[in-house]
Amino acid sequence: MSLRIVVCVKYVPDATGDRHFADDLTLDREDVDGLLSELDEYAVEQALQIADGADDAEITVLTVGPEDARDALRKALSMGADRAVHVEDDDLHGTDVIGTSLVLARAIEKAGYDLVISGMASTDGTMGVVPALLAERLGVPQVTLLSEVSVEGGVVRGRRDGDSASEQLEASLPAVVSVTDQSGEARYPSFKGIMAAKKKPVESWDLEDLEIEADEVGLAGAWSAVDSAAQRPARSAGTIVKDEGEGGRQLAEFLAGQKFI
Amino acid sequence: MAEVLVYVDHVDGAVRKPTLELLTLARRVGEPVALALGAGAAETASVLAEHGAVKVLTADAPEFADYLVVPKVDALQAAVEAVSPVAVLVPSSAEGKEIAARLAVRIGSGIVTDAVDLEAGEQGPVATQSAFAASFTTKSRVTRGVPVITVKPNSAPVEAAPAAGVVETLPVGFSAQATGTKVLSRTPRESTGRPELTEAAIVVSGGRGVNGAENFAIIEALADSLGAAVGASRAAVDAGWYPHSNQVGQTGKSVSPQLYIASGISGAIQHRAGMQTSKTIVAINKDAEAPIFDLVDYGVVGDLFQVVPQLTDEVNTRKA
Repeated sequence: MSLRIVVCVKYVPDATGDRHFADDLTLDREDVDGLLSELDEYAVEQALQIADGADDAEITVLTVGPEDARDALRKALSMGADRAVHVEDDDLHGTDVIGTSLVLARAIEKAGYDLVISGMASTDGTMGVVPALLAERLGVPQVTLLSEVSVEGGVVRGRRDGDSASEQLEASLPAVVSVTDQSGEARYPSFKGIMAAKKKPVESWDLEDLEIEADEVGLAGAWSAVDSAAQRPARSAGTIVKDEGEGGRQLAEFLAGQKFI
Repeated sequence: MAEVLVYVDHVDGAVRKPTLELLTLARRVGEPVALALGAGAAETASVLAEHGAVKVLTADAPEFADYLVVPKVDALQAAVEAVSPVAVLVPSSAEGKEIAARLAVRIGSGIVTDAVDLEAGEQGPVATQSAFAASFTTKSRVTRGVPVITVKPNSAPVEAAPAAGVVETLPVGFSAQATGTKVLSRTPRESTGRPELTEAAIVVSGGRGVNGAENFAIIEALADSLGAAVGASRAAVDAGWYPHSNQVGQTGKSVSPQLYIASGISGAIQHRAGMQTSKTIVAINKDAEAPIFDLVDYGVVGDLFQVVPQLTDEVNTRKA
């Protein structure tokens, strides 16, 4: 029986660019390049490895975002995913994490799944709560923040490295998995993969396809609001000394002056 | 006065510092009611009372240790129904955020994560957050339901504020999902004797310039002289010189200590994302052009193998 894997990915602004808020306090996408969130590449990689170990598997990559977000899907397809779903709708602008999890959950159900895989967090919002929200909404086990993952005989197992302990986890499929950047290097798309990706299907769904009302999402439908966003004042120039043999002692003097010693 | 529910992070009854900080913030919004779960839950009561908890709800059952996250969500939901709080505050640990998120969906509420400050507002609690590698500061609110807010370590001082701390057992019924993810085994992390990275008041980090796992002893010696935690840049972790659990940055941990000392770290945006909110920043780097120097309060352009041991000796001498 075919193993249906849905990988949730996000198109994020390049962190090396100059990121800003727009007037409505959502992300200003005009002046910044986007890309597939690096942490989601690990999710695609683990999906590919799990699919390799299965008799028969199909990997669908799914994203919610504006037109440009298709670039993130193309990247995942060129790595080896089989098909892509792009949820795009003008009414989604400004959707918060609760609304995003609703849209993703409906799309995952519509696509059909045995296993959902995502990265540990996006590299822009860095909340890290979407996998848990999806598990809650889908009513399936969450096996999250894994640095090792395997699927065999309808059971997913993995290792979760927490602050105070390392845990071995196990759950029956269907399940939601998230993987960390320790799960294994993501492969680079090959030339063949890039060419093949151009022929792979990318479906586009809107809110109507997912039976979601416009007022359930978007800025107006958000469950939280950003009231203000202020650029942090530039740090006033600090003292910089060149070490001429006394650098360590000079630094100690500074730290003592600040009462750290 | 309105009650605020505070989720307690503890290890076998020893309350972790971020929870005590939460109690300080909770008192700005209402009267703190604490929820402690699992083995040792009842033993948390005295320290929680010393820091302002008017009531401590406890629950213990094998499910909390044997299954991942969901049993704790079930308990927190039961506490919300028992208390009717004006807000729910949870420490921003990886697990804390997952618990908070699932609770929010269940009770029909919005969520704000990784707050670095909290104040009372006319329309409910207002959370301060850092965005875009800490280059922006935002003020956010939950607009529907009971505000669920997770708060990062080092966001508030720990303040004594003696309160009744009446202990009550909370009855918890577990949901069908509670036993979905089984914890087969749990291996406690070996203690280094140093403070936990995200909670530490001082963090000493090493990067590519440390140039080898064995050289991290120099970083550790400085950390020990200052009673600090040890951090590492991604380059140092990827090279296998230091464990991933100590990684500071976008894909590792974000820290906000009183003092951050970066040694042999150039300061790529991904690293800055994890440490830019530190109160005082110090850097030691051979490269005078390294971007980390744009952030520092004090920087030394020099060889860390000269500067760091000299600093360590000087700290030890001054403390002796």
